[in-house]
Amino acid sequence: MLSLVVFLPLAAALVLAALPRIPDAAARWAWVAVTAVEAVLVTALWAAFEPPGDGGVAFEEQVAWIPTVGSSYHVGVDGLSLPLLALTAVVFLACAVYAVREQDRPRPQAALFLFLQTSCLGVFAAQDLILFFLFFDLSIVGMYFVIAGWGHDNAASSALKFFLYTFLGSLALLLGFIGLYLASEPRTFDMVELAAAAPLDGSPLAGGLVLGAILLGLAIKTPTFPFHTWLPPAHTDAPAIGSAVLAGILLKLGTYGFVRIAMPMLPEAWRDWAWVIIVVGIVSVLYGALVALAQTDLKRMIAYTSVNHMGYVVLAVGAAGVAGGTDAQARQVAVTGALTQMVSHGLITAALFLLAGVLRGRAGTYHMGSFGGIAAVAPKFSVLFAVGAFASLGLPGFSGFIAEFQIFAGAIGTVPWTALALPGILVTAALFLLATQRLLTGPVRGKAFDVTDLRAPELLSIGPLLLLSLLIGIFPRPLLDLVEPAAAAVVELVGR
Amino acid sequence: MSVLLWSLVGLPALAGAVLCLGGRRLATSAAPVSVSVVSLVLVLSVVAGARRPALELPFIGGAGFGLAVDALSALVLPSVALVALLVLIFASASGTAAEVSPPAGFHGLMLLFVAAVVVTVTATTLPALLFAWELMGAMSYALIGFRWQDQHRVSAGLTAFLTTRAADLGLYVAAGAALAAGTGAAFRELSAAPEGWRTVITAGILLAALGKAAQLPFSFWLSRAMEGPSPVSALLHSAAMVAMGGYLLLRVAPLLQATGWAGPVTSWVGVTTALVLGVVAVAQKDLKQLLAASTAAQLGFVVLGAGLGAVAGGTAHLIAHAATKALLFLVAGAWLSALGTKKLRGLRGAGRHWPLVGVAFSLGALSLAGVAPLALWATKDGVLAAALEASPALYGVGLVASALSAAYAGKALVLVWRRPGPGTSGTWDTEERGTRRIGLRQRIPLVVLAVGAVGLGVLALPPLADSVRAALGDGGSPAASRGELILSAVLALIVLAVVARFGVVEPRWALRWFGLETAVHALVVRPVLSLSVALARFDDRVVDRGVLAGALLAARAGRGAARFDDAGLDRAVAAASRGGRRSATATARIDADGVDAVVRATGRGARRFGGLVRRPQTGQVHHYYAQATAFLVAALVLLLLVR
Repeated sequence: MLSLVVFLPLAAALVLAALPRIPDAAARWAWVAVTAVEAVLVTALWAAFEPPGDGGVAFEEQVAWIPTVGSSYHVGVDGLSLPLLALTAVVFLACAVYAVREQDRPRPQAALFLFLQTSCLGVFAAQDLILFFLFFDLSIVGMYFVIAGWGHDNAASSALKFFLYTFLGSLALLLGFIGLYLASEPRTFDMVELAAAAPLDGSPLAGGLVLGAILLGLAIKTPTFPFHTWLPPAHTDAPAIGSAVLAGILLKLGTYGFVRIAMPMLPEAWRDWAWVIIVVGIVSVLYGALVALAQTDLKRMIAYTSVNHMGYVVLAVGAAGVAGGTDAQARQVAVTGALTQMVSHGLITAALFLLAGVLRGRAGTYHMGSFGGIAAVAPKFSVLFAVGAFASLGLPGFSGFIAEFQIFAGAIGTVPWTALALPGILVTAALFLLATQRLLTGPVRGKAFDVTDLRAPELLSIGPLLLLSLLIGIFPRPLLDLVEPAAAAVVELVGR
Repeated sequence: MSVLLWSLVGLPALAGAVLCLGGRRLATSAAPVSVSVVSLVLVLSVVAGARRPALELPFIGGAGFGLAVDALSALVLPSVALVALLVLIFASASGTAAEVSPPAGFHGLMLLFVAAVVVTVTATTLPALLFAWELMGAMSYALIGFRWQDQHRVSAGLTAFLTTRAADLGLYVAAGAALAAGTGAAFRELSAAPEGWRTVITAGILLAALGKAAQLPFSFWLSRAMEGPSPVSALLHSAAMVAMGGYLLLRVAPLLQATGWAGPVTSWVGVTTALVLGVVAVAQKDLKQLLAASTAAQLGFVVLGAGLGAVAGGTAHLIAHAATKALLFLVAGAWLSALGTKKLRGLRGAGRHWPLVGVAFSLGALSLAGVAPLALWATKDGVLAAALEASPALYGVGLVASALSAAYAGKALVLVWRRPGPGTSGTWDTEERGTRRIGLRQRIPLVVLAVGAVGLGVLALPPLADSVRAALGDGGSPAASRGELILSAVLALIVLAVVARFGVVEPRWALRWFGLETAVHALVVRPVLSLSVALARFDDRVVDRGVLAGALLAARAGRGAARFDDAGLDRAVAAASRGGRRSATATARIDADGVDAVVRATGRGARRFGGLVRRPQTGQVHHYYAQATAFLVAALVLLLLVR
């Protein structure tokens, strides 16, 4: 079942790629259909999900693959990965719907995105480091072609920068994986076994070096300060749906790695270096927010807010590694918040990037100074944009609040000085409200005259993303009931 | 039981959402829907006051989403609902259409706001409070900037939202501290936190409450908020939102008392705000600005009461002020729609045009002035009695502040009854085109609120005062003595008489609210903006370029290494093996047998070396990756060392 979920998009991609005779319209609708089936399948997974026992995974499948190095095709899900699998299905479905009127080579585009979907799903389902790495790298390759092939302006150079930078990160990651492999006894790349064994506990130097390599890889992908500079150009020049996937899903591959690999497999090193991680988190929060505040380009602004939002996640997982007098509850709250933030950011930022894409599609620019008074000409766009802005700034009633409240309550409850990052919420509020004000209010002017209101595919792709954020914001329990036990398990693993 | 609470919250929330999303189609049904929904909320809140429902659901951060109606909320909730109902009736009048169009959006937002206020009032845990608290802020942003075509109004909403949110950060800290202290997030348990954490929790809650209540130094946002529609001010800046800041402090009064420093700090902030903003109110030349400053000042008395633990006095003042100030704001709105101005100059003699409205305004102003036996006279003295018991200095400052309220209320009162000058009508229509009429639906709410402004003093006077005190569990705070009541009534009358006879000195230096907003701009906003621009430049020029330079250096080093690999290593290896072979052959030729062992050893060595060279070529991709990584890391280390 799980393998079907992972590989169905790839199969569809191969069909689409192999048959150039398929008409454009058929390709577009096939894409929508496959992503819709994926969403149904993931929903079924969620419904059938039973929390696995100690350290185990559900829907597990394992087939021998490269036995000589202890690597197997091993997939499975738990409370950490299931929400992200669901997020992936939702965001890709939204992208397919958004692109249902795409004119620019729709068949290859559909094939590429389906390929990308498999690689993202694969990362979240993988329970073997080599498999994880394979999917991780494939996602970079896929995104490279999305930006280079369907981007605009300096797409080629931005795509190359993205590729080289994140590929360098993945190399560092691989180095760390090999370190874990070499330390394991018997030698294995199996993630469940590595998490159970924590092979580098007791050797602080080797553990620190391996963690350093893995952190570098994940920090580039997440991205955190100072490894974030590939993100703004990649977003600015990527097509709308590319940005939505990049921000919505690909960034989560990095943060997911923290809770899936770094924390459970290297608990001692994580605890030793937790303060560095917290500092990086705080700096990313404040730096991302402040730099975003100064942007005049809407997409660059949203890109920098991603640095800010991912900073909260880093801050939370760092705080969760601080052992001390406090009870485990605060740390568990922090990790739950971090996972909620991944889902929340995926939904909200994907919606915002799609909205930015609408703006560029109509008026040819992301420059905020070129607009004004859009509310008068495009009310639906304006409502969704304002809702997205408020959701992103962490207003209660949306998922962002559920995430950020838990991150701060948990982090401050564990490490009081993490309150230093609190102004980040305020700066984010300021920048989103200023952007809303610049774009939507006042008299209609400049390129705003070109902005026609949302069409059905746009409304039907962006609306549900924000609606889901609203649902999580008001009824967080279904998500939290899934995430909390998994977060507790991570906290226990990192604290042993 | 919990159905009751759910309906109290859910009805306005759902109706509000439907109205907001319905757009133009619901324009005509908006006002009837909102008025009937809030009527229902009013009825339900009275029922809830009698039945005291409570619920708690699992929520976030290990804390529940708790709602309950207790004695305090049983008093406050119906008051807020009633004011909201009257304000919505007022807003449905045709005269106010200019300020509140499109109606579906306006009534929808107001309903959402009401839902948030219901949760704020009934919240029993920190997450539930924070949830509603920030939603109130967001709704107030949308309502203040409701006429979004005017950028300055949206900016005013932004100022309000950001200022209050800055203070709200305190609640996040408090929630974290409560989690760390292990007390749970319910208000009644917070006092049990250990000393250190309790200080943090109290400070966080205090900060958030002072921000919302527009106390010093946050007061300036309320001045900007006056750019919103008058019905918004009548609800948000009298009975809800601002009042909720005072309400929160009344709710956590036990915590303030348990934390040694918190009570005095709260009291002094409250009384200082009452004094300073009283001066600001006296200086104003715009009726809404005057009322706004007065709101902050009057909330100062509520905060003072909360700091002293005089929960009964503070609550009575909160409710009486809500009715009084809603009345005054609605009158200001009625005059604004009719005469097109809210400048005091243009309102000269406004009371004479519509006597009923004029009389209602006068009752509100007299109550505000503290004239006996009207509402605020009695409730304010309820608070001041506690101040006298705690510290004569507090009482003294409070008395001066109440004299100031008589001065600014008297200033407005005298003006609206003065005979209009020849140029007065020329100063109308500064804001919008006046309709020159005040409709029935605008007048009815004024009458109801005037009754409240006159009669709500009973909450602080015997015999009702004792039962209020008992219900709120506030047995300790003293009642105002007969002497104090007489003193304050006489003081108010004297000040009024002086103002009527000689006019009032308007301190021009207080007109701009002591430059609070300018100061915040200079000290916070501008530095942050400069910092953000500087950081953005740093990001582009240093961080990004640094990465680029690093990449270029790495590429150059890679090329160099490749050249070295081709030219140096490869040749050396080839030469070595060639040399080995040659020497072996030569040796064999010289001595085929004797030195055989040496030859074989050399050959083995060469083979081993060859094997070593071949070993990295495993054909396995991840080994190549490892090599590449190792090389890159080595190159990086080398670069760092060399530079």
